[in-house]
Amino acid sequence: MFMWIIKRDLLLAMRRQSDVLTTLFFFIIVVSLFPLSVGPEMNMLRTMAPGVVWVAALLASMLSLGRMFANDYVDGTLEQMLLSPQSLSLLVLGKAFAHWLVTGVPLVLMAPVLGIQYDLPADALFVLTAALLLGTPVLSLIGAIGAALTLGLRGGGVLVSLLVLPLYIPVLIFGAGAVEANMAGMDFDAHLSLIGAFLLASIVLAPWAAAASLRVSLE
Amino acid sequence: MAINWFKYSSPASFYSLAGKMIPVFVFVSVVLLVAGLYVGFFVAPTDFQQGEAYRIIFIHVPAAWMSMFLYVVMAFWAGIGLAFNTRLSSMLATAIAPTGAMFTFIALWTGALWGKPMWGTWWVWDARLTSELILFFLYIGFMSLQAAIDDPRRADKAGAIIALVGVINIPIIYFSVQWWNTLHQGASVSINQAPAMATTMLTGMLIMVLASWMYSIAVILKRTRVIILERESHTAWVAELQKKGAIL
Amino acid sequence: MLQGVNLACVRGDRELFKDINFSLETGSLLQVRGPNGSGKTSLLRMLCGLSNPAAGEIFWNGTAIRSLDGDYFADVTYIGHLSGTKDDLTVIENLRISSALAGFEISANQAGEALKHMGLKGREALPVKVLSQGQRRRVALARLLVCSTTLWILDEPLVALDVMAVKLIQGLLEQHLQRGGVIVMTTHQEIEVAAASIMQLYLA
Repeated sequence: MFMWIIKRDLLLAMRRQSDVLTTLFFFIIVVSLFPLSVGPEMNMLRTMAPGVVWVAALLASMLSLGRMFANDYVDGTLEQMLLSPQSLSLLVLGKAFAHWLVTGVPLVLMAPVLGIQYDLPADALFVLTAALLLGTPVLSLIGAIGAALTLGLRGGGVLVSLLVLPLYIPVLIFGAGAVEANMAGMDFDAHLSLIGAFLLASIVLAPWAAAASLRVSLE
Repeated sequence: MAINWFKYSSPASFYSLAGKMIPVFVFVSVVLLVAGLYVGFFVAPTDFQQGEAYRIIFIHVPAAWMSMFLYVVMAFWAGIGLAFNTRLSSMLATAIAPTGAMFTFIALWTGALWGKPMWGTWWVWDARLTSELILFFLYIGFMSLQAAIDDPRRADKAGAIIALVGVINIPIIYFSVQWWNTLHQGASVSINQAPAMATTMLTGMLIMVLASWMYSIAVILKRTRVIILERESHTAWVAELQKKGAIL
Repeated sequence: MLQGVNLACVRGDRELFKDINFSLETGSLLQVRGPNGSGKTSLLRMLCGLSNPAAGEIFWNGTAIRSLDGDYFADVTYIGHLSGTKDDLTVIENLRISSALAGFEISANQAGEALKHMGLKGREALPVKVLSQGQRRRVALARLLVCSTTLWILDEPLVALDVMAVKLIQGLLEQHLQRGGVIVMTTHQEIEVAAASIMQLYLA
């Protein structure tokens, strides 16, 4: 069933490719706005790059959270999923994974290109991509809780940002920190290990909390 | 003397019990507040490093402590409400949130006021101030979520989930911010190295902490009473109170 | 098999119903009737296990459903107001995916057969968004053909269907009852189904 839900959500994303591209372009535009607002001075851009890319990734991932459950809620398919004899947590994990494939992976792939715009050295680009690869699934998983809690509420989109962004802070700190450490000539393994630990913890806990939230929201 | 505690877990009996307890807590908190401020502003000696400016800690420190305690207490009651489906504990959690947010706000504000003479700037990205700011966001998130939900039972449960998620995250956030701070600031001035406090300073602060507790309990009980009335407005016992003119 | 004891439902601070009692044996149908807003849908959602009753308990084969969880869901098919179909997926994808998520993996052939039976032959590869209301309803109801659950909970299954389709569904319900299934449904229409026992429940 885990595979079915991933297959289903990917199929739906394929039929609505514009949604996927919107998120990606949002990410690109936000990152490109910074040089325009602070000036093209390369040294400054280089120090800012990890933070800018990560904040943009946070926002892009958050903006696409609405799609994770809201459409299924409106057409009644979510209701059917809640009545599935299989574990709802597993199903949520599948949906979060599909969300990551559709919104997270394109960001990870695009990040090195944007990093070049900011004149990041090659190994910093590598660290940035690796950190995003580990960190973006955490964003989808934690985001699933927020998306589930705000289902069907007025102003749900803004509300979800209030709930979810503070919880993203640890990933942001260590994600951007890894690249900064690398650029300062320090070890970045610890940062990446910690993001890995966040990922494991959120794989275990977040689907469970999101499943409970869905039951509350659909009651 | 055996007290039937379960009796007070029903909103109706809690309502009248809280009504009797509130004046006591108000009185104690006022007495402690006056005593604490007196000790803080007139008895405690001037700090040889920070001069008179340090006296703001008599408000700042209790507020910061309360802001953190109250979040945990709120998550605890919300969790109890979620697990055992007890309405009163969820109402308590909802009543705690604004007080907690207020203390967080005071801690931030007084922190800024303290920062100006100490660091020469209103805001520094000090680990504690930053964590306090994030805590403020968590309170705001909890309150906005509950405010957006019309059905009170759903609001209770959804709030409980986000409060519990927050409580798991607070140590992680705190630790991350600490790490981030040491990475970026190195050996700058920190409150950690504050010199040992004089006994009277400590006494004044502890009295102020107690006063804050008493104040919080009084306000939370009052707010719980209001929430009970709101939620139970269709029940017979509220109608009876209304007839007696006990509530407006 | 299905038993409701002293069920009550509260929405906001309004009590929709209370003290609802019923007991359904194998092969029986319960028709829930009542004016709009009387809590029919709320009652059905409770029976599915989507929401908890404000008071009372629901038993399935003698066990309270809140302690059954997944095991109960394996015995229930619910078709609600919302069609539970995705506009962007084709008819056959919808049927196969919704069945798989409900725990019954079916082949393309099985799905095709079921759709043919529902009068959707030739439309298998169309996205659901181009179908009419009645046709969408048929896609949703096609799930009844491929599932092997005992308890069917149907919220206004006959709405938007034409005369032919209504006959078809009634035949389906009859078969299910003869096989020993249990049905709880709401409908404003009179239903012509031969069954061992048909019970009516009025919500005021």
